[in-house]
Amino acid sequence: MALDDLYREIILDHYRSPRNKGQLPPPAHKVEGFNPLCGDEVILTVLVEEDKVVDVNFDGQGCSISQASASMMTAAVKGKTTAEAREFITAFKGLMSIHKESLDGDDPEAGEAQLRDDEIAVEDTVNPEIKLGDLAALQGVVKYPVRIKCAVLSWNTLVQSLDELAAESA
Amino acid sequence: MGVSFDVAQIKKDFPLLDQVVHGDKRLVYLDSANTSQKPQAVIDAMSGYYETINANVHRGTYKIAQDATEAMEGARADVARLIGATASKQLVFTKNATEAINLVARSWGGANLQSGDPVVLTMMEHHANIVPWHMLAAERGIELRWIPVTADGQLDLTGIDRLLDGAKFLSFTAMSNVLGTLNPVERLTTLARDAGAMSLVDASQYVPHMPTNVIDMGADFVAFTGHKMLGPTGIGCLWAKEETLEAMPPFLGGGEMILNVTTEGFTTTEIPWKFEAGTPPIAEIVGLGAAARYLESIGMEAIRQHEVELTGYALRTLNERFGDDLTIHGPAEPATRGGVMSIQYKDIHPHDLTQIMDENGVCLRAGHHCAKPLLKSMGANATARASLYLYNDEADVDALGDALEASGDFFSF
Repeated sequence: MALDDLYREIILDHYRSPRNKGQLPPPAHKVEGFNPLCGDEVILTVLVEEDKVVDVNFDGQGCSISQASASMMTAAVKGKTTAEAREFITAFKGLMSIHKESLDGDDPEAGEAQLRDDEIAVEDTVNPEIKLGDLAALQGVVKYPVRIKCAVLSWNTLVQSLDELAAESA
Repeated sequence: MGVSFDVAQIKKDFPLLDQVVHGDKRLVYLDSANTSQKPQAVIDAMSGYYETINANVHRGTYKIAQDATEAMEGARADVARLIGATASKQLVFTKNATEAINLVARSWGGANLQSGDPVVLTMMEHHANIVPWHMLAAERGIELRWIPVTADGQLDLTGIDRLLDGAKFLSFTAMSNVLGTLNPVERLTTLARDAGAMSLVDASQYVPHMPTNVIDMGADFVAFTGHKMLGPTGIGCLWAKEETLEAMPPFLGGGEMILNVTTEGFTTTEIPWKFEAGTPPIAEIVGLGAAARYLESIGMEAIRQHEVELTGYALRTLNERFGDDLTIHGPAEPATRGGVMSIQYKDIHPHDLTQIMDENGVCLRAGHHCAKPLLKSMGANATARASLYLYNDEADVDALGDALEASGDFFSF
């Protein structure tokens, strides 16, 4: 069944048993993100010390894709420096880019419109050394363009959080 | 159902419905509250317009330009007749219901609402009937008041006198696009009038499904859209009485809406064209006229009766089949609601639910349905929504049940 590409076992596992779910107390930085498509929201609490993501939690309601993506993201960026985390985010957004994917005959222009909409175009600076690990399971999402918003919601929220933290410390 | 309503025959009028998706799944379209499908008569009217009489309206003196103008104004008369308007010029063509409501907020509201003036809305409005008023509130400080919704999805009118006290305007939906609730339109417009307030009815979900008489509704304005009533996208309507429209300043400025333009200024033309600046979407208007005639030929009473019966079948069979695993929001009694059913099933997120439904050929909308304040009051971020129309039958409802079961199996952890 084609749906197995979307709902890989590792995704369902993170959906059933989310990692780092909840909210860190202050001084962790708190940011809310919204998916305008469905009204889902994610609350990210990020604790950065000496330019390192010491801890990160996510909270809120969402579909299996958004929850699994958020869960995998927190597990992946915890312990990384903010620069490493940003590189990792870029790599993940590259994975979510449908430029690189064959859409099995889907209208390429529709894909591009989706991309512009989501601002998830691959940057030229993706570091090929970065290994996405479990997150590669989310690659099936690009075959369902409307669901890309679900997958990138927590990542965009993390970018916002890191930007705000950088602005604060500047 | 009598011989007057033959859903199998009606289905044949909608070419899109006759297809399979994802290999071998019959397409089951249950998203008509979002947009309806189009009968061949509408498609033919629009292509026929382009093939034979395409010309700009209200300008040319040649034959096809006159034919195009007549087709457009004939469509206005067809739609006016369907909704019980007493004159065609009471009907202003807009882009959609959203633009119709914005027209009222900008034109009437701009001329008549001052800082502190109360405007009353309900908690079950579509964003189209919220945001224009928020914009006026931000711009000139009008006060927004909200009629709450009860747990069973009805307007809570216990505090209505207080809410309408001093109000200048009441704007509300005739039928909820999330719950299917039919609101007491005449009662509300009477209460508004008695309180000295003007009123607008958002009839986007009502006109496509119910026998409509705008005079009986008693509102000052009625807004609705074409694409939910078998017509094309890009065309909607605002109804109001002549004296109301004549007293209002124009909305958009440009060609078509003027009597005279000089270097010093302009004078507007007569209604309804005063509110129709620029070249209108002529083919879409022609298509909407064909949709109105198609609905009229089936009969709105018969369509309503079909939908009450089918909604009753859906509520009964789905509740029997799924019990406590399934929540169908909104009123329980089919006669008090439309065929819009927001559902929640086994804690499966609506996005996941509708994804599995799609795999089974069943089209449902997932999301907040552009009614976030209502969803929040229901304690939900999103629901999956099935909505019925004249071309749906019991087999479609059964397919919905089968797809629900498939979703439950897929996400059975």
